[in-house]
Amino acid sequence: MDMPAPDQGVIARKARIVARLRAVLPPDSVIDALAELRVYECDALTAYRCPPLAAVLPRTTEEVSRVLRVCWEEGVPVVPRGSGTSLAGGAMPTADSVILGVARMNAVIQTDYDNRFIRVQSGRTNLSVSGAVEAEGFFYAPDPSSQLACAIAGNIAMNSGGAHCLKYGVTTNNLLGVTLVKMDGTVVTLGGPWGEPAGLDLLGVVCGSEGQLGVVTEAWLRILPKPEGARPVLVGFNSNEVAGACVSDIIKAGILPVAIEFMDRPCIRATEAFAKAGYPDCEALLIIEVEGSEAEIAEQLGRIRQIALAHDPVEFREAADEDQAKRIWLGRKSAFGAMGQINDYMCLDGTIPVSSLPHVLRRIGEMSREFGLDVGNVFHAGDGNMHPLILFNANTPGDLERCEAFGAEILKLCVEVGGCLTGEHGVGIEKRDLMSVQFAPADMEAQMRVKDVFDPKWLLNPAKVFPLASSATRRAG
Amino acid sequence: MRPSSEAELAEAVAGTLGPLLVRGGGTRTLGHPVGEVLETGGLSGVELYEPGALTLVVRAGTPVAEVERVLAGERQRLAFEVPDLRGLLGRVGVSTIGGVLAANASGPRRVQVGAARDAALGVRFVDGTGTVVKNGGRVMKNVTGYDLVKLLAGSLGVLGVLSEVSFKVQAVPEAEATLVIEGLGDEAGLAALRLALGSPFDVSGAARHSGRSLVRVEGMAGSVAYRVRELTARLGGEVSVVEAEGSAALWRAVRDVSPLQGKPGDVWRIATLPTAAAEIVAQLEGEAVWDWGGGLIWLLLQPARGAQVAAAVAGRGHATLVCGQGGPVFPPEAPEVAALVAGVKAKFDPRGILNRGMI
Repeated sequence: MDMPAPDQGVIARKARIVARLRAVLPPDSVIDALAELRVYECDALTAYRCPPLAAVLPRTTEEVSRVLRVCWEEGVPVVPRGSGTSLAGGAMPTADSVILGVARMNAVIQTDYDNRFIRVQSGRTNLSVSGAVEAEGFFYAPDPSSQLACAIAGNIAMNSGGAHCLKYGVTTNNLLGVTLVKMDGTVVTLGGPWGEPAGLDLLGVVCGSEGQLGVVTEAWLRILPKPEGARPVLVGFNSNEVAGACVSDIIKAGILPVAIEFMDRPCIRATEAFAKAGYPDCEALLIIEVEGSEAEIAEQLGRIRQIALAHDPVEFREAADEDQAKRIWLGRKSAFGAMGQINDYMCLDGTIPVSSLPHVLRRIGEMSREFGLDVGNVFHAGDGNMHPLILFNANTPGDLERCEAFGAEILKLCVEVGGCLTGEHGVGIEKRDLMSVQFAPADMEAQMRVKDVFDPKWLLNPAKVFPLASSATRRAG
Repeated sequence: MRPSSEAELAEAVAGTLGPLLVRGGGTRTLGHPVGEVLETGGLSGVELYEPGALTLVVRAGTPVAEVERVLAGERQRLAFEVPDLRGLLGRVGVSTIGGVLAANASGPRRVQVGAARDAALGVRFVDGTGTVVKNGGRVMKNVTGYDLVKLLAGSLGVLGVLSEVSFKVQAVPEAEATLVIEGLGDEAGLAALRLALGSPFDVSGAARHSGRSLVRVEGMAGSVAYRVRELTARLGGEVSVVEAEGSAALWRAVRDVSPLQGKPGDVWRIATLPTAAAEIVAQLEGEAVWDWGGGLIWLLLQPARGAQVAAAVAGRGHATLVCGQGGPVFPPEAPEVAALVAGVKAKFDPRGILNRGMI
């Protein structure tokens, strides 16, 4: 993974740039000491690190605007940062860049239950958005697994998903409007609580643009009434094909579970050893969760049982009470930890058409042997979003590179069967150089033209998303 | 012009000198775009349909009716309930699926499942220079690169001519029922819709017209019956329940704005906050069809009321003139947003030839 050489001219002007930032922000909002900048040297993609030139922690839209204006005038790249939980390196800085962290902007500005929205500052964590409305029986639907820590700003930048998006959609489907600050400091409102753009849907392209079009400082989010209840079932199969067919039949039958999670044998065994959830030792395991009142849950689970039993499962386990429900989820929720217990791992998130599942799992198994690296698969089966976890040892020379090469092959396979490189983590730096596997030059050109409009100097998070060679002339200004 | 392949379409756009009036079937065109007509109807047919994955890939000029027929064969449908506005706008012609996405045309179920833009998974289009661009794909979760699918949805053809679209589709539920609430004034009748939408009973339609409020639930039979009971107990007014085809007919009328069809005057489409919906209509004194719990108002007014409409809506939504003369047709945007819109249009259509006068 390469990053562009930092602009030595900017680095040489550090003192002046920091002084100008201090002049427009309160004293505690600018960080420039190397020891303190270490905090910002990477996000959750920890394999790559580089301390930034400086970091700023503004508290208001106005402060963000002033920071960006200074950086724009000085020609300093800016890397926006939510909570730094990106698995794709979306918030990784370069040595000539200023990190703009929104962590201090975490206020709830307005809750409106009658019109079903909440307006928050973008540094607020995902889970605390739901927390702010749960007393009234509402919640914010997108639930990335980092939801305890991750910020709404990052969710919007990456168009984050979650386990329950089969029913509720991802961030873009739950985002009504934003206050966005452009790189030149201009403050723009896109969308609004009525959730319908007046002209072009610029909000739609801002969501998922990985912090390259502007810094989102405030957002209107749709909130939904909480369902009366939810309950999972666990179904074990001795073949990935049959598990895949069962998923397909459930979907075709018109039942809409809120989540259908899939685990393969390596993952089941790892989580059993770690969490002892009592999962059956089988080839493939589904966790299917439905929502509603007691009677509605029973009606849906009855139908799911009927469909599943027709596929001759090795186990069909219903939860009789809350405790058993928790045990069904326990293994799935411990899967990443369990794999991490065995070794370092890299988590990918390519998406495939559900019908390609058996083929893709077979090929991943073959490649695992070719590369000599173990892999476990957890999978949002309802929407085809895979999560292969490749195990490697970061202390063994060459292992990371081998793991990355294996990962790249898996993602190419995802594209080959009609899927995509990333379903919810984003491109960042991690998948940047694979973009040309999925997109022709004209496809990427069309995307980059949007950035040209919002950020003509290409100063916002510039070395991300697009292969460096594709964006080189633009970044050179 | 009526190209019959994407390559021909690209050639036609690249080779043209003058402005183009891009349209599918011309059944929901807004405003008064000028130019040589470029129809997409020649790009027709289903490319891929996987019922088990709820995925449909279809050429942009395919008639909506054809798409709906194919889906119905597997007991599936487009979740966002495509409005048929021919009656309202006095148009004839065959509505195309590309036109639906270009207009982000979305019916009553938007309150539950989102708009056309939310169901769209991918697009292929020809931009104003004649270049073919693809974005998104056919899978339900995809954050690879910028989401131009959303940008093209609702762009009314000003950024490019759609050649292919992919949608997430939905299984037709086994049952539906509508609570018809009478005896409430507009304020109370709209409050009932908000109450229903704020309940955990997964309402899939919340509309009001002709003095009646309508609340729809869909799903498995037992669940529908349960939710009808629970909602009836919570909502005021005189509630009666209409099921199956009777219910479907009620929602077709809302979707297609049937109550305002064939009546003299201008029709405005207002997006607003549900809590402002009654007051806006009271202020403007017209006949209204409220959908999306009040978030959408179709309003029939005397001609040339544009200034009053803009004043009534200011700060709480925006209004588009869908038929009549009381313009301007499209709502004005804040200067900094207008600059971005103009910038994006200039990038995708540098010659400014696509649907001049739209947006």
